[in-house]
Amino acid sequence: MTSPDPGQADHVDQSAVSRRRLFGLAGAGVALVGVGAAAGYGVDQITGNSPAQAASGTIDFHGEHQAGIVTPTQQNLHFAALDVTTKDRDKLVKLLRTWTDAARRMTSGQEVVPGGAIGGAPEAPPGDTGEALDLPASSLTLTIGFGPSLFDDRFGLAAKRPAALIDLPLFPKDKLDPARSGGDLCIQACADDPQVAVHAVRNLVRLGFGVTEVRWSQLGFGRSASTTRAQPTPRNLFGFKDGTNNIKAEDADFLRDQVWVTEADGQPWMAGGSFLVARRIRMHIETWDREPLEGQENIVGRTKGTGAALGQAAEFDPVDLHVNGAGGEPVIATDSHIRLASHETLNGARILRRGYNFVDGSDGVGHLEAGLFFLAFNRDTRKQYVPMQNALSSKDSMMEYLQHTGSAHFAVPPGPKPGTSWGDALFA
Amino acid sequence: MSRFHRSPLAVAASAGALLALSACGSGTDTAAAPAAGGPIKVEASDTACNVSVGTANAGNVTFEITNKGTKVTEFYLYAEGDRIMGEVENIAPGLNRRLIVEVADAGKYQATCKPGMTGNGIRNDFTVTGGAAKQNDTNALKAEATKSYASYVANNSAALEEQTGKFVELVKAGKVAEAKAAYASTRIYYERIEPVAEKFGDLDPAIDFREADIEAGQQFTGFHRLEKDLWVSGLQADSSQIADKLLTDVKDLVAKSKTLDLTALDLANGAKGLMDEVATGKITGEEEAFSHTDLWDFQANLDGSKAAIASLRPILQEGDPALVATLDKEFANVQALLTKQAVGDGFKLYTELSPDQIKEFASAVDALSEPLSKVAEVVAK
Repeated sequence: MTSPDPGQADHVDQSAVSRRRLFGLAGAGVALVGVGAAAGYGVDQITGNSPAQAASGTIDFHGEHQAGIVTPTQQNLHFAALDVTTKDRDKLVKLLRTWTDAARRMTSGQEVVPGGAIGGAPEAPPGDTGEALDLPASSLTLTIGFGPSLFDDRFGLAAKRPAALIDLPLFPKDKLDPARSGGDLCIQACADDPQVAVHAVRNLVRLGFGVTEVRWSQLGFGRSASTTRAQPTPRNLFGFKDGTNNIKAEDADFLRDQVWVTEADGQPWMAGGSFLVARRIRMHIETWDREPLEGQENIVGRTKGTGAALGQAAEFDPVDLHVNGAGGEPVIATDSHIRLASHETLNGARILRRGYNFVDGSDGVGHLEAGLFFLAFNRDTRKQYVPMQNALSSKDSMMEYLQHTGSAHFAVPPGPKPGTSWGDALFA
Repeated sequence: MSRFHRSPLAVAASAGALLALSACGSGTDTAAAPAAGGPIKVEASDTACNVSVGTANAGNVTFEITNKGTKVTEFYLYAEGDRIMGEVENIAPGLNRRLIVEVADAGKYQATCKPGMTGNGIRNDFTVTGGAAKQNDTNALKAEATKSYASYVANNSAALEEQTGKFVELVKAGKVAEAKAAYASTRIYYERIEPVAEKFGDLDPAIDFREADIEAGQQFTGFHRLEKDLWVSGLQADSSQIADKLLTDVKDLVAKSKTLDLTALDLANGAKGLMDEVATGKITGEEEAFSHTDLWDFQANLDGSKAAIASLRPILQEGDPALVATLDKEFANVQALLTKQAVGDGFKLYTELSPDQIKEFASAVDALSEPLSKVAEVVAK
């Protein structure tokens, strides 16, 4: 097995239970010591909701909310949007149950089905594709969402479509590729090992043949947001810290008001869920790299080094939009990214971002096809993401270096409980 | 857009601001490295403005303002003649706010609170000591460069106004074929000096927005709206109004551009920005979505970029002769490719280019843009 980051892999290998259970309890004990001694490095990547999770690299699949939202952002992403190919509601309901069971197993570091990759009949193709055989759970989370198109007349779901699950409007400067947009369903797989994330999506897709098919999928190789205060703020491909002011797991009030849907929001089945906006944002890194440092900082509204907002000294110093410099010109320019995206400018609206950097090969005219796969969770996309993106798309000076090429919107149901299915709330 | 307006607007009317701008150089020594001492405490109330220290060393000076009054207040650091060095607005009662202000020059300043955010404020003399002697910004070569480029802007903006007038008349007379023939050659003058237009917030969108840039509910105006009418939808009931508005906006722009005081650094960034514009708009065929006359714009952007570099040439020749040689070579390379696609007085349509030809343009533009991005540093030296 080759891992992109040997240090990290070693760390998790020691600490986790692999799919083949090569490591026993003694191994786990060693791992606990390892965690304590790791002096910060890598700890944020495997820290779950409890010390036990930290030791095993396993994130609990069950809960009031789905994992993969406030879970400390893992290093890697494989996101897939799928279309349902059958009109048979029962088949879809059955698949969602099968998927939930498979997800339950995979997120705990097991093969997709018992017997898995090599334990079945030699005459039969293996039930698990095998590429994650020797790998631990790697903090895998699997998060499902339902797209607006699922609520058409095929499955009798029209009355259950949340009002907030709008067809996203076309924003100024959008250049959307239909082949990278939309979808009846989505699966967000996040893990600290890219192969584990890909394995999970691949096996769910495989289970879905005849019921679903992949519409588009996206790999992300480095988190571009933090969802806990313990995680350092990562950098995006513009080289800037991204997500300093993100909603974090510790922000109980913001999560309650701005992320989690309640029964009172109109569709009781969504209580405890959230709305996921996915945008594939191509970054013109070549022209960006030719922009002087001062210009880059003015576009973002932060310094490149510490990530402090302009006019402030340290990264987490509060952004002050009312500081002016020489000649009374705003220090954080009127068309700078952080001003336009600020909750202060947007009547208090915030979102929880969970995006990833990507480089999808090249663009055919000598450039890297690079960017940020933007993922954000919010309680009501109409009141949060849409006004924010309208402000950014029309005024943000950064738009000159960006192009939105893919777009999708999903209703993310509440978290499953032991024995229940991802589809239970919606199809009840 | 990125061309010039990364630095505060430098309009002749605010000559004070200009001086401050040129004095603070590239500004890379930002908040991270405050100069002498800790923050200076300012206790503001409805009737008082107590500043803990009355002097500071030149460099970054940090004020921490606490509003102990009942009125919303503001804090300013003024230079002589009430030139604003920095300010914090909207300090609500009970709040603490911070102002880090870069003061490059020794001299007399005034630390001022404005309870209620009106009036002259409560003023404290504030002395800044040390620092470099005020730099003489009359570097002859830089002055020469901006003067030379200003005349390029003047010539092209005059031509823009004249040609737009003719184009608008053709549209209003319903002469579609003639208007189409005049469209691309009119836009040349705009595309050459586009960085200047982008200095004036609302005018560039009004004149040059593409349909894809429009926000829901916003009116589609300017050249590209008429382009769509002429090539796709036919002249509309309001085409004449749109044409009139275009001419009004262009005249406004031309008038305003006369007050614009560009710095040598603006020229450097403008030269680069024009080629970025080519890379993201023209090479993709997105600029002229209906007429496909993207190569006219491409040539005009190239002309404008070349003109800015020509104005800076003596400075570059002195600072980095090898860079000048590279730029000459790469400009010539892009020009040769464009010339290959010339047809009569104009060019092939974007839609007539093969993928290989587009790729060739993209590579040549990258090869030019990379050294172009190094010009600013040489100019800033």
